[in-house]
Amino acid sequence: MTYGVVLFHTTASAMQAEKVLSKAGLKVKLVPTPRQFSSDCGIALRFDWEQKGQVESLLTSNKVDTAAVRQMEQ
Amino acid sequence: MIYLDNAATSWPKPPEVLKAMTDALERSGGNPGRSGHRLSIEAARLIYQTREDIADFFNSGDPMGVIFTSNATHALNLAIRGLLHPGDRAVTTSIEHNSVMRPLRHLEKNGVELRVVPCAQDGTVDLADMAKTVTPGTKLLISVFASNVVGTIMPIKQIAQIAHRAGALLLVDAAQAAGALPIDMQEMGIDLLAFTGHKALLGSPGSGGLVIRAGVDASQIEPLMRGGTGSQSELEEHPDFLPDRFESGTPNLVGIASLQAGIGWLRQRGMDAVREHEKDLTRQIIEGLSQIPGIKVYGTLDAERCVAIVSFTVEGRTVSEIGMRLDEEYGVLVRVGLHCAPAAHRTIGSFPEGTVRLAPGVFTTKKQIETALGAIARVVTT
Ligand SMILES: Cc1ncc(COP(=O)(O)O)c(C=O)c1O
Repeated sequence: MTYGVVLFHTTASAMQAEKVLSKAGLKVKLVPTPRQFSSDCGIALRFDWEQKGQVESLLTSNKVDTAAVRQMEQ
Repeated sequence: MIYLDNAATSWPKPPEVLKAMTDALERSGGNPGRSGHRLSIEAARLIYQTREDIADFFNSGDPMGVIFTSNATHALNLAIRGLLHPGDRAVTTSIEHNSVMRPLRHLEKNGVELRVVPCAQDGTVDLADMAKTVTPGTKLLISVFASNVVGTIMPIKQIAQIAHRAGALLLVDAAQAAGALPIDMQEMGIDLLAFTGHKALLGSPGSGGLVIRAGVDASQIEPLMRGGTGSQSELEEHPDFLPDRFESGTPNLVGIASLQAGIGWLRQRGMDAVREHEKDLTRQIIEGLSQIPGIKVYGTLDAERCVAIVSFTVEGRTVSEIGMRLDEEYGVLVRVGLHCAPAAHRTIGSFPEGTVRLAPGVFTTKKQIETALGAIARVVTT
């Protein structure tokens, strides 16, 4: 299965993202940041890669600060 | 027992607050933002949601600008010491608490220019006088929202205009006002708001925060502390984004949970209803005290213009004797002395003896005030 992972600078942004995306009805999950992405913040947000466009536009329109969006097979 | 010391700390707390505190430890017991497992994430959710609740409650416009601290003193130190450097000019008022005065006096010794606008005996400030003192180039204006000695409410909106006209930031000490009065940071123009959780917000000791209004450049504030944040762990340098810039070390999850519950409780009751109730009690106290011979009441003597705090002295009696007799003989709990605010007592003319301070809270009843006033009358006349 192909997932997307949003990386954040701070935990607070990860929580904000989860709230915004869940409210919009997207299926997302907060996960420990996969080590291969060596990210800033210990918590990342996993989503279904097919929803990448929706995820990105919702995060942008709600002014959620992100560090990067990566692809991941699991 | 009649507890009239809510300005020192509120008591009792709503049962919802106690429950939220035990729930936080039972159900969200992980270290927020550190580990990524379900208990850690649950804790991080609770903390983030509380940031949103606080940003909403004070209408600051940005949950990331809600910085959790251990109390108002910590928040005030963060703002004052983070902003002021040798050569800067700061202005404050003469009724401030020592949590404002002491950091400022310390900085003054180290090259910060400090100007103190004198307040009138009733705690009110002359805005024209303040405007003259806050000259262009002033970096920071610090004002209490409501005095912890006489309760006097400052005209914060006008004070913000004075600060901004001079290019200064406005830092407000809302230790007594938060939870007692509706506060709208964006509408009033408050740049930085320091609050404590354990007074009118009905939370636990050890909780509080500095709220940075949306649009205020936080990079000009130096952090007080640096350390682990759970973010940018590969770096040995401290991150500069909010809220991590000002929050390091494991936060007070239980205190933050209490804050959320306290704010939720106030919301449900309605800030207007809370204010009306406290105004009623304040009016009753002012009227009752004024009828007891030999008592001098301080402040504006107008419940519309103060929070639920009334100070008095009795001719020929020490305040400590009155406080002790009220406690021992009548079970009425008050606070006497200088209330950590020598400048305020100098301003109202009660230094160095201090005053007896009555501070009812949301749970105080009119009947209790009636009983307390009877006790005061007996103590004063016997
Ligand atoms: C006006 C004012 N400022 C600051 C403080 C300090 O609050 P805390 O002791 O919670 O830091 C208090 C309370 O004692 C206060 O009344």
